[in-house]
Amino acid sequence: MADPHIETYDPEHEATSAAITESRPARAVLMAIAFVFLALFLVLPLVVVFNQAFAKGLETYLTSLNDGDTLSAIRLTLIVAAISVPLNLVFGLAASWAIAKFEFKGKAFLTTLIDLPFSVSPVISGLVYVLLFGAQSALGPFLKAHGIEILFAVPGIVLATVFVTFPFVARELIPLMQEQGTGDEEAALSLGASGWQTFWYVTLPNIKWGLLYGVLLCNARAMGEFGAVSVVSGHIRGQTNTMPLHVEILYNEYNAVGAFAVASLLAGLALVTLVLKTVLEMRYGAEIAATRGH
Amino acid sequence: MKRLLLAGAAVASLLFASTSAFAADKLLNASYDVGRELFVAINKAFVEEHPGVTVDQSHAGTSKQARSIVEGLGADVVTFNQVPDIDFLVKNGYVAADWQKALPNNASPFYSLPSFLVRAGNPKNIRDWDDLVRDDVQVIFPNPKTSGNARYTYLAATAYAKEKFNNDEAKVKDFVGKIFAHVPVFDTGGRGATTTFAERGIGDVLITFESETQGIAREYGTDNYQPVTPSVSLLAEFPVAIVDKVAKEHGSEDLAKTYLDFLYTPKAQEIEAEYSLRVHDEAVAAKFKDKFPQVRLVTVEDVFGGWEKVQAEHFAEGGLLDQIYGNR
Repeated sequence: MADPHIETYDPEHEATSAAITESRPARAVLMAIAFVFLALFLVLPLVVVFNQAFAKGLETYLTSLNDGDTLSAIRLTLIVAAISVPLNLVFGLAASWAIAKFEFKGKAFLTTLIDLPFSVSPVISGLVYVLLFGAQSALGPFLKAHGIEILFAVPGIVLATVFVTFPFVARELIPLMQEQGTGDEEAALSLGASGWQTFWYVTLPNIKWGLLYGVLLCNARAMGEFGAVSVVSGHIRGQTNTMPLHVEILYNEYNAVGAFAVASLLAGLALVTLVLKTVLEMRYGAEIAATRGH
Repeated sequence: MKRLLLAGAAVASLLFASTSAFAADKLLNASYDVGRELFVAINKAFVEEHPGVTVDQSHAGTSKQARSIVEGLGADVVTFNQVPDIDFLVKNGYVAADWQKALPNNASPFYSLPSFLVRAGNPKNIRDWDDLVRDDVQVIFPNPKTSGNARYTYLAATAYAKEKFNNDEAKVKDFVGKIFAHVPVFDTGGRGATTTFAERGIGDVLITFESETQGIAREYGTDNYQPVTPSVSLLAEFPVAIVDKVAKEHGSEDLAKTYLDFLYTPKAQEIEAEYSLRVHDEAVAAKFKDKFPQVRLVTVEDVFGGWEKVQAEHFAEGGLLDQIYGNR
């Protein structure tokens, strides 16, 4: 994932920055490349999705969404995101707090572990849970004896989603917190604030934009995850079928309108996320830049 | 939408309230990946006959389904499109070894065959397997290494060639190799191959299950394509079985048996035929005879000596398929 801090506007370096002294044509070419790239890889597919979704008119679009299996897929996706995003908010906050503010043995190891879900293929992430909780695993007979359903049920899907989306919040916060250092917190503590007060009144306001950004990214991925969820889902219509999985099944049975209608909803959710982020940045741009250090 | 949900909840509560004659009132059917609409229709008819019963559906590639069941997916019955995937369940102790004898027609309530779809008007005049080796014909089917659908195509072409050349292995290899040489793109699955043929406009003939051609025509228009049935093809069974181990745990053996029997009733056979699957029920078959042109079907057992032999001789690493695919 790209580090957002690289783009931060930095007046001190502006005069000496080589990019700014580039000749006009060179700049134009660079910009053109960026725009063409964006158009080809982002805008065009998006247009295709919506175009296909509405290929047979608005009515067909609405009918294909108003289908029992589709509605339950939408519901499940929202439930999974509603569970996994708050969990990762707490985990991410705790992990980045520990890494950024304290010195301890194994810190580097913990940082690497947090990145693990990014470096592992999602399918493998799903398989890990099959190996852990499947009927052939060591835990399998115990779970079965106690009637606990994890795999091929909602808990498995949530677990896989949490695993895959784990790094988003932490990755966003660690560099931010490290940059800010522990000075503010030390001051608060020396003035008699409790640990909780320090967190609530000092740390959280400092990191809130980074946190929000992390949550948005985490949410987008939680709703869109396919690979890991596909392995643990069991694909039971109306029960363990998420939106991305439902898109696949509709597409496979030659129901392009239905498939793209659901895909357009997913794309719509992603767009809302993007717009939210942009609005926040426009509105609180100065504040965001300020809390991001420098 | 809220009202719809409420209405749905009301219907569901009514269903659950009514009593059923079975020990269990719920069934999970693990099925193949493109059977969703078929089983929506079948399950609806089944529930009408047995009020108070719910049939849940899981759809994915059947090899994946078989693996999931062994890992704990609680499917009471399987309705697959490949025999070896049920054999996998037998090996793992989930399905009885004699499952094919438990129900008529090798426990395959409906069947299909690899068949052709050509462009409207059949401009290249493609009638049979012989036309596929003509130099002006481009053929589309997915990669047999990754697609079960394409394995049937490969076997059907091989079966035809074996008959034509009287089992002369070199000539059979040459014939099938020529067909493979005429495939410009190998997609990983049936759906991808259809996209290549219908949306990208590549190739003169698409080879896929006859049961798929209806969905393709609906999606891409009947004016643009027409089905062609070859003179000979391979019987593609859609085997069904009770997953004994799971059904015993759920106490759903009765319901599972009733459900699989239902797939053979005229009512269900008619639904299956509507979804372009060939059926054995004579009255239903007669009713739909225009939809299913005459074809002589050979079986994997007769031509190749069974699936295990096919696996070892053709699809194993370095097997006949590898030799043909590699020499392309």
